[in-house]
Amino acid sequence: MFQDHIKIKNMEHIELFFKSIFIDNMVFATFLGMCSYLAVSKKVSTAVGLGAAVIFVLAITVPLNWLLDQYVLQPGALSWLGAEYADYDLSFLSFIMFIATIATMVQLVEIVVEKFSPSLYNSLGIFLPLIAVNCAILGGSLFMQSREIATLGLATTYGIGSGIGWFLAILAIAAIREKIRYSNVPPALRGLGITFIITGLMAIGFMSFGGMLTGGDEEAKEETTVAAQVVPTEMNTELANNTKIEE
Amino acid sequence: MGLLSKKDAALIKDPLADNNPITIQVLGICSALAITAELEASIVMSISVLFVLGVGNVVISLMRNIIPSKIRIIVQLIVVATLVIIVDLVLKAFAYELSKTLSVFVGLIITNCIIMGRFEAFALGNGPWRSFLDGIGNALGYAVILIIVGFFRELLGSGTLLGIPVLGDPIEKTGLYAFGYENNGFMLLSPMALIVVGIIIWVQRTRNKALVED
Repeated sequence: MFQDHIKIKNMEHIELFFKSIFIDNMVFATFLGMCSYLAVSKKVSTAVGLGAAVIFVLAITVPLNWLLDQYVLQPGALSWLGAEYADYDLSFLSFIMFIATIATMVQLVEIVVEKFSPSLYNSLGIFLPLIAVNCAILGGSLFMQSREIATLGLATTYGIGSGIGWFLAILAIAAIREKIRYSNVPPALRGLGITFIITGLMAIGFMSFGGMLTGGDEEAKEETTVAAQVVPTEMNTELANNTKIEE
Repeated sequence: MGLLSKKDAALIKDPLADNNPITIQVLGICSALAITAELEASIVMSISVLFVLGVGNVVISLMRNIIPSKIRIIVQLIVVATLVIIVDLVLKAFAYELSKTLSVFVGLIITNCIIMGRFEAFALGNGPWRSFLDGIGNALGYAVILIIVGFFRELLGSGTLLGIPVLGDPIEKTGLYAFGYENNGFMLLSPMALIVVGIIIWVQRTRNKALVED
């Protein structure tokens, strides 16, 4: 159905971008990257460093894994090698290929950043190895695969969008945790307990963004049904005209 | 516990409560929260993690002397990924509906912090038998929390356990529903998982003051 949508290309990007930041927020909707989200959110400055590193790595690995999925792993993806490879299905290898890509990319990025931008390395450096095992990164690639994102450009948008969503989440919780130190929390809830509950409340808040999409979707569906009715008739007349000319 | 020495028994017992991977070590939260709306999914996820962590710990422990420390993370990831592929294929073959429910979260066992955390903290420095016990212990500690959360969310959210109605029929108003009880659909939404885990932590730390953070 989605291919039938007649839309301006940029709209598609903007929609996916905001959808991946707010509606499908990595932390609040799918709970990805919770371990580092809870462990590194005690101070805003470190949270910003880790958040920036996550955006960076997601923006690189999601498009890379999209290419891998499209040209190596999917059923029939190897057909570019020749007809005899056309019915190979390597999709059972996706986990191992994705995680290998991510681990290698993280190492590479670390080396490149260290070489060319020591100041960036100093602020991101300690977080980069942590990121290889951050579920948000692998989750980004796996959701990209299961949601069947159509083009390389959209995959990049999706990667950057989800990275920014994760960044926003960790920034918000770090700011709240810095302030909550001055509040009178029951002793047994201090630290981890209250962080969980705050995250839960924030997640409930983020659920309200869901309305953004359904509102837009309903309109879009109406448009497409109208468009779908119009297009075939146009095409038919065109076809008819063509055949007439040929005759 | 005639089979195990006191020290070995502690490896299994500690992670169940006082050193629980989820509520104390804060590892492996992602999957614990996302798939606990149904008890059945929680149990299957626990068994998968039990298998991956038990076997993975033994494999890493056997290889601990030949892994160069610089590339150990990649080696660990490959070992876990292989085990997770096995779990995924088994689930797809024997419980297809459930594997659809778990969707990407089976794959995310790879980056489940419990697994990498135990590899780093235990399996790289201990023999295979003790690593195996440590893996089983931590996976059971993870399972306990998952099953508690899954139990309450399914019971309060849809009035069923493992898909079997236990509180009566909400449409025909039998059992508890005859007294005006209603299912709390809110429990099925993902944010409630966070709040339920928060409450578990609260209860645990109230009972054991030594765990309270400043």
